[in-house]
Amino acid sequence: MMTEKSKLPVPEKHELTLGFIPLVDCCVLVAAREQGFFKKYGLEVSLSREASWANIRDKVCVGALDGAHMLAGMTIATTLGLGFNKKPMVTSFSMNLNGNAITVSKALYERLLEKDANIENDPNLSAKALKQILQEDSAAGKPMLNFAMVYPYSNHNYEIRYWMAAAGINPDRDVALKVIPPQYMVDNLKDGLIDGFCVGEPWNSCAVSMGVGKLLTSGYQIWNNSPEKVFGVTRDWAAKHPKTHLCLVMALIEAAAWIDNANNRDSFANVLASDEYIGIEPDIIRASLAGNFNNHADAEPRSIPDMHVFHRYQANFPWCSHATWIISQMYRWGQLQEVIDIKQIAEAVYRPDVYRLAASRLGLTYPSFNYKTEGEQGSEWKLDDDDLDFKLGADKYMDNIVFDPDNVVSYLSGHKVENCLVELAQLEKLNR
Amino acid sequence: MARDNKQLNIMIIDELPERSMAMEKLLTNLGHRIVATASSGHDLPQLVSRYQPDIIIIDMDSPDRDTIEHMHSISAERPRPIVMFTNDDDSDTIQKAVKAGVTAYIVDGMHPQRVMPILETAMARFKEYQSIREELEKTKNTLEERKLIERAKGIVMKQQNYDEETAHKTMQKIAMSRNMKLVDLARSIIAAAELLRTGK
Repeated sequence: MMTEKSKLPVPEKHELTLGFIPLVDCCVLVAAREQGFFKKYGLEVSLSREASWANIRDKVCVGALDGAHMLAGMTIATTLGLGFNKKPMVTSFSMNLNGNAITVSKALYERLLEKDANIENDPNLSAKALKQILQEDSAAGKPMLNFAMVYPYSNHNYEIRYWMAAAGINPDRDVALKVIPPQYMVDNLKDGLIDGFCVGEPWNSCAVSMGVGKLLTSGYQIWNNSPEKVFGVTRDWAAKHPKTHLCLVMALIEAAAWIDNANNRDSFANVLASDEYIGIEPDIIRASLAGNFNNHADAEPRSIPDMHVFHRYQANFPWCSHATWIISQMYRWGQLQEVIDIKQIAEAVYRPDVYRLAASRLGLTYPSFNYKTEGEQGSEWKLDDDDLDFKLGADKYMDNIVFDPDNVVSYLSGHKVENCLVELAQLEKLNR
Repeated sequence: MARDNKQLNIMIIDELPERSMAMEKLLTNLGHRIVATASSGHDLPQLVSRYQPDIIIIDMDSPDRDTIEHMHSISAERPRPIVMFTNDDDSDTIQKAVKAGVTAYIVDGMHPQRVMPILETAMARFKEYQSIREELEKTKNTLEERKLIERAKGIVMKQQNYDEETAHKTMQKIAMSRNMKLVDLARSIIAAAELLRTGK
């Protein structure tokens, strides 16, 4: 990418500490450090491995970390004061698309398979099969099935709920849905404490390769190219260090482009797998980055080519429509109980302006608008503009419902299951 | 259950049993009751509903914070929702807690004044352990660094045919002129020597 040394911005602060959670998608930060992209912009970055999302949030809030690998929803939740700590956050860099999957125990997989042979091909079928099983269990007076995800304001939570609700399952009433830290998921599944989970990589791969569970559906199948992690900082920090922020975003865009290349992924798997970062078998990371999952012992691995998207399809652009969808889910599941101006919050947190500045300095093209309709495109597509050389990815939801960021309220009322706790009429009034 | 008005039920989640035992003693001396101590990975929601603690002290190295935080959002069915302890919106408490590496969750509606001494005690205890650990880390580092410098010096002596003192002074001079630490220069010398050896 084009960068002349003399034109590089000079960061206000060059020694930085950034936090990460040991998951495959932290690889963008790791690549930026190990491949010298941070250095190129005059940044000396230490990466701090954190034990919980709560730690990431609190440490960024009090300035113990300059910024972090963050759940997309966490930037919004923390800005709104949901989830224990209130502080305005911003993101100008979306770290990746997809990366999650729902894995179930072998026992539950067999039961689902009895209901429908095509459960792996279509999440609508697996969700319907689950609905049947839940009804049978309930009629027989059996205990509820247990599912887990990693954090209330995570896309893992919204994806597993979306999947269940598409078949009319109420995730708050029909199953027990709890939070389990990612590194404990596989053991919990093995010990029979849970029947399934929605988690990021490498934990689906780990469960599958240990023969503990079966990958039922990828997050991609629930919502094609859904946003996953972002690089988050506090609004104060961004205001105080605009050039450092710009340098960081430039370095991260370059790192993301580098790790999106299949050859680089293969060689980088060892670095990522080391104890300093994820601390797991390199082969598991390598297979996951290539999108291969050994779901059935004696068959070819199940291939999910877009399991990890780090740069292509404008993956790093912080779409305000993604933020708006996340807010819609906070309403849908009763997390957000206050009537707010949705777009105002989306635009306060998601800041494409800094991304655009970074991209243009790198000589890259980018979308000129902040919102797009989500759920209309079934395959990769191009904007109707000859000057733009990029393609965007498919963005369909499993139930083919379209999300129009201008009409969140009618979107909410269009779903079968929702546990919304605000008056939709009130919400409509503020968001017309 | 009749109990002293000032007595609080405390649950401790800590990876280090030694530290957790020390804390248990201190907090018991303050007149509180430790209802449960656990390391990570247990079924926390179950423990919490069984023991009904007023306050949960948790090691920030434990991934279980995320599990506890989720209990808040499913609190509709629970009589005692859990919130993170902050002293009325001031981020000062969180800052201090982050520094010490320990934090606390309390039942909703509990007055911060009642909890503050408990958190202070926990923070002090954690800080003490932190400084012990840092001290150990530091000794380990200097030892390792000294070993590296000795190794590099040996390489320079052999390659340049220097005596020990000249080798040391030369390395110091180069390190100073390049604005790098002696140990970093030593690492480069060792790396270069290894590269040459494997290249043969």
